Amino acid sequence: MPVGRLSVVTFLPALGALLILLLVPRRNEPALRWSGLVVSAATFVASVPLWTRFDAGDADMQFEEIVRWMPGLGVGYHVGVDGISMLLVLLTTFLMPLALASAWHAIEDRTKEFVIAMLLLETGMVGVFVSLDLFLFFVFWEAMLIPMYFVIGVWGGPNRVYAAVKFVLYTMVGSALMLVAILALYYQHGAATGVYTFDLPTLTRYVMAPGRAQTLMFLAFSLAFAIKVPLFPFHTWLPDAHVEAPTAGSVILAGVLLKMGTYGFLRFCLPLFPDASVDYGPWVYALAVIGIVYGALVSTVQPDLKKLVAYSSVSHLGFVMLGLFTLTPQGMVGAVIQMVNHGLSTGALFLMVGMIYERRHTRLISDFGGLWGVIPAFSAVFLIVCLSSLGLPGLNGFVGEFLILVGAFTVDKWLAAAASTGIILAAVYLLWMYQRVAFGEIRHEANRRLPDLTPREWAVLVPVLIFVVWIGVYPKAFTAKTEVSVQALIAQVESKASVARGPTRLARP
Amino acid sequence: MIPAPSVDLGALLPSLIVFGAGVLVLLLDLLPPRSKEHLGGVALAGLVAALLSAIPLWNRDSRAFRDMVLLDNYALFFHVVICYASALAVLLSIDYLRRNGVESGEYYALLLFSTTGMMLLASAGDLLVVFLGIELMSLCLYVLAGLFKLRLASGEASMKYFLLGAFATSFLLYGIALIYGATGSTNFDRIAAAAAARPRDALVTIGLSLLLVGFGFKISSVPFHMWAPDVYEGAPTSVTALIATGSKAAAFAALIRVLTVALRAAQPDWSVLLWAVAAVTMTVGNVIAIAQSNLKRMLAYSSIAHVGYMLVGLVAGGVSGAGAVLFYLLAYTFTTAGAFGAILLVERSDDGEAVEVGDYAGLARRHPVLAATLGLFLLSLIGIPPLAGFVGKFYLFGSAVRAGYVWLTVLGVLNSAIAAYYYLRVIVYMYMREPEGADVRLVPSFAGGVALAIAVIGIVLLGVMPAPFADLAQVAVTPLVR
Repeated sequence: MPVGRLSVVTFLPALGALLILLLVPRRNEPALRWSGLVVSAATFVASVPLWTRFDAGDADMQFEEIVRWMPGLGVGYHVGVDGISMLLVLLTTFLMPLALASAWHAIEDRTKEFVIAMLLLETGMVGVFVSLDLFLFFVFWEAMLIPMYFVIGVWGGPNRVYAAVKFVLYTMVGSALMLVAILALYYQHGAATGVYTFDLPTLTRYVMAPGRAQTLMFLAFSLAFAIKVPLFPFHTWLPDAHVEAPTAGSVILAGVLLKMGTYGFLRFCLPLFPDASVDYGPWVYALAVIGIVYGALVSTVQPDLKKLVAYSSVSHLGFVMLGLFTLTPQGMVGAVIQMVNHGLSTGALFLMVGMIYERRHTRLISDFGGLWGVIPAFSAVFLIVCLSSLGLPGLNGFVGEFLILVGAFTVDKWLAAAASTGIILAAVYLLWMYQRVAFGEIRHEANRRLPDLTPREWAVLVPVLIFVVWIGVYPKAFTAKTEVSVQALIAQVESKASVARGPTRLARP
Repeated sequence: MIPAPSVDLGALLPSLIVFGAGVLVLLLDLLPPRSKEHLGGVALAGLVAALLSAIPLWNRDSRAFRDMVLLDNYALFFHVVICYASALAVLLSIDYLRRNGVESGEYYALLLFSTTGMMLLASAGDLLVVFLGIELMSLCLYVLAGLFKLRLASGEASMKYFLLGAFATSFLLYGIALIYGATGSTNFDRIAAAAAARPRDALVTIGLSLLLVGFGFKISSVPFHMWAPDVYEGAPTSVTALIATGSKAAAFAALIRVLTVALRAAQPDWSVLLWAVAAVTMTVGNVIAIAQSNLKRMLAYSSIAHVGYMLVGLVAGGVSGAGAVLFYLLAYTFTTAGAFGAILLVERSDDGEAVEVGDYAGLARRHPVLAATLGLFLLSLIGIPPLAGFVGKFYLFGSAVRAGYVWLTVLGVLNSAIAAYYYLRVIVYMYMREPEGADVRLVPSFAGGVALAIAVIGIVLLGVMPAPFADLAQVAVTPLVR
């Protein structure tokens, strides 16, 4: 049986993990690190053709594979990517080698388990993005929790156990209800059409009557995704998890895991429950804007660099949620680009916080100051990353936020106005933090002898910087890949909503 | 001249093989050599032979002793589950008994006789055979629970198990008597016919309630679960593994058959009752398990919670519900027997068994393989895909949603999330803490290792390729629920 490209990309890391488990001796730490890096880099290489061979004009799923798995239940191994998930798969495979490389010296205890956990995590994350079967999706969604739990709990900071358990329990409560909703959807679809299947494209074609059942299912799915995003007020696990996780874990957590929540809204909630999505749109707007402003304000007052970046994620993901639920092409394309941007920028921020932590073993802003004079290269890159995160035109962050605000503006101009305060606040917390870290007097003797970026650290950061500039200067390369898919998604949502409600409700104010 | 009833021993073949192995063990025990290790091998051979004998009997559907004993696919499915559970228990026992200085032939004999009782329960077509099976199974288990004669906890477990078990059996007998009084028969099919002719008979309802009390004790559902933690904790761990898996599977086998065949007419009554019992059982089991620091007690409460999940499937009913329960029992047997097996292989260097969760602190650093194995069993108990426990829950809750019990399902999945907390705590100790207190060591045991390997393969196979097994489970229950 020929193995499709998506299966290779999905399972190559797991296969690598298995080989490392069996073949590489525990004591040989360099071999463990290198083999982990090689496997994840090979996965990235394997995933590049998803980009180059992707037909941007085709709204359908591409690279599809369908294999019968549990035919009695209507469960199939069905994978495929469209212009939305393809970007997220690449983001995952791109960040993973960088995360592993960043952990070169940071993780020196039980390296074998670490490498295996990270590779299994990669399989789980890619699996979530490529699954086109609800059962398969749920398997990856749940399975991915466990490696992340170990990454936080074993290699994390002092309060790591609390953070890891909180992370798992929050996510499990959400996904438990989603499981019930998946089953309810399965039986409702089966009863209505006679076809019992978990196949997502089939289920998506089914027009569900608006009403209590659809609303409850929407809410159950939404809870699972909202916890993952995290949407205010379900974000309280995030600062703990981020602060305690090792750098590599934080990078993956912020870079990829949070996207699974927003991706879930986009892939499942919107097309499966269009009426409820439209009905509850205003609630999402409200929570998203609260998250944007609240996350930014809380970020501003954080004394700890990592916590600051963590809360900034709440704010940035609020933008993504806002963009998605505008159901406008601009807003949604912006949201997809913003997902990628946030993965790059926040991933880079966490990488750099990790680098400075390795040097000073502290993350308190007040312990720094005047770094520009000591480690100019680090400070310069850090500045670029901060500017990218706060949305400076010419860098990647601007593109996504701008498009999202355009989308929000067409829905309601006050909504856009409220959300744009988040951009101003982002400048406040990031630049103020940067000022306290990089400029001013050197207040601590320990800061005088810091070494600047090593070649390994350059190697980790340069790829991110390339994309930061590329997306900022020429976003069309990325937006063009997603536009058709987003248009198709919007058309699907609107047609389903209008079939169920009659055409009068279609018109948007 | 009274015509002698036809005696078709073929319908008892798998049970007889196990029983014969038990007798053989007793005989061999009298002969030299004094080492008892080979007796474990004999017991194992008997169980494997019974397992193999089940394969050609599939789809043969024989009945004997005037329909008192049925050897249909349903019985065979349970025979396989029960023999697996017993075989795992035997594998775990071999070195465990020697370590604790209680090697004896009668241990294996009792274990096999108890297994015979369990198998009889699975093929019972008559309430009297149910009673016989339960007695044979339980009496042997009472003795086995008290195997450690010099340990107070073991004696307490045996005593408690015996007193409460006897109490439960008497409830069961009352129930049988009342149902006999109401319907004039103890045979399942004839009860069904009589009960259908006289719907909503008070006598049947009272008899049903008493039966449910008796079965409630055996499957340890709330509020008849009190014995389980003490017995699980005090009994030798290998026996605990059997009580938690084999005896539970057997009791479920009989319960499902009694409810779906004999008392089908009373379904509205028992499904309401079981709805409440399921809800309370899983919640109480999980919530109390959170407070346990002793691993065996924690697993006892967790097994109570799992009974609650299985009752959800029984409430849902139909082929999908009952089939889901069967699949879940299979998955649960592998997982739970494996978990107890992993605990049994860890020993404190000062005194005996390592059962406090603190003993497992830092286990992953010293014994990475064992820690990973126990971790896998715990993840399967939580219901993390792609392991058996997840698929089992998926089928169970799927059948409940299908039957319209959405809120019971919601309660079930939320309970699974609660359960994650205490299972993960063990993993926290193993992986995220440094060793503390008394030193623990891994007991080298080839047979134990084989048992764990079988269990691991089982939970991964059932998790990744569940379809063939789930289909078998559905085929097995189809004639029952029709």
